[in-house]
Amino acid sequence: MSVSISPGRVRSEFVKKIKELSGETLQLCYQCGMCSGNCPMASNMDLSPRQIIELARLGLEEEIANSKTVWICASCLACTVICPRGFDLSRLMEAIRLLTLRKRIDYVRPEEIPVKERGELPQIAMVSGLRKFSG
Amino acid sequence: MRLAYYPGCTLKTKARNLEEPAIASLEALGFELEEIPRWNCCGAVHSLADDDLIHQVAPVRNLIRVKEQGKDVVVTLCSFCLNTLKRANLLMKDDAEKRNTLNSFMDEEIDYSGEVRVLHLLEVLRDEIGWEALAQEVKFPLRNLKLAPYYGCTLLRPREVAIDSVENPTILREFLKALGATPVEFPESTRCCGSYQIVSSPDSISGYAWDILSSALSHGAEALVLTCPLCDYDLGQGQKELVKRHNGFKGMPLFYFTQLLALALGLDPQVCHFELNRGSPESLLRENGLLP
Repeated sequence: MSVSISPGRVRSEFVKKIKELSGETLQLCYQCGMCSGNCPMASNMDLSPRQIIELARLGLEEEIANSKTVWICASCLACTVICPRGFDLSRLMEAIRLLTLRKRIDYVRPEEIPVKERGELPQIAMVSGLRKFSG
Repeated sequence: MRLAYYPGCTLKTKARNLEEPAIASLEALGFELEEIPRWNCCGAVHSLADDDLIHQVAPVRNLIRVKEQGKDVVVTLCSFCLNTLKRANLLMKDDAEKRNTLNSFMDEEIDYSGEVRVLHLLEVLRDEIGWEALAQEVKFPLRNLKLAPYYGCTLLRPREVAIDSVENPTILREFLKALGATPVEFPESTRCCGSYQIVSSPDSISGYAWDILSSALSHGAEALVLTCPLCDYDLGQGQKELVKRHNGFKGMPLFYFTQLLALALGLDPQVCHFELNRGSPESLLRENGLLP
């Protein structure tokens, strides 16, 4: 993919917030792509996990906001345990999700989950799903 | 020997077929699982944001309940609960600033600083009883059963809370060998089933499930052995559709490891609650003379 970078497009406030929320050093990543290679959900993502890190540190908030990737991530930590640089991508994904959820924009609304599913889903699915996808 | 026990919400409702055979089996092995008083939901997932301390309160309160009982170990069966409790425990142990904030916030509770050890039942079987001693207790070896161990995510990741090697776990394989079964290794044994994505994108789950089930099948497994109620749901609920979609696939039985333990120890099969399993695991057991 190609992206255009210019001082006007870089959201340094966005970079600052995701650094604060995640507690991670974005500069650790050297773009080897082990995270994308090990991610079981990557084939369903429009941006790969590796691309998310690069766009995040470039401050390209719009590209990330237009992508579904952080909502496809299941926090399975396959990327975290394989990263040769000790970068915890699951925390970056969470930080990006929270920037949306904390604006009171839910990705999943409980009332939209069909009643039948609500009755069948194990409690850990409901609790974790709503923790990850609603504010 | 009495062990403090944290059951969690799902085991008391949807996954009684995980809990009840565990309690009965442990009793047969001379251990009593003593449920901690006034436990609450653990929160299911560990909060990954640095400023989100409020979601650490629920798991830490459970650890305080254990400490109040004068116990220094708590056992769990649910993979999600294990992960959430263990990670909150590490935070209380290692991060002085967050520990102080949380202890001050919960000023009605005793102070907590990570004194309790959180164990999964598989660790108790491995480290307290041992595979050889367990094998000697087996009354009905699960001979001829070709079973694929499936770990999922939360028993093994992140590294600091893993109950076994992250890359090459053997704990379920050794467990199955002790019960007399034939473990079948397959590359997807630690691959995520899709987890809570079932809530937001249920359609994508069947693809993840198929990757796991078809791999286990192609490596010669007759059934999958699970530890987690969400893996059970994600891998089981879409199987009817997968049978229609994939020629030759007849469905794959899913067992909780505790059900197999109870069977092998010769306990009344009713304690296993096979009626709560998806698919029909009983027919495989009957074919192998393990159920009447």
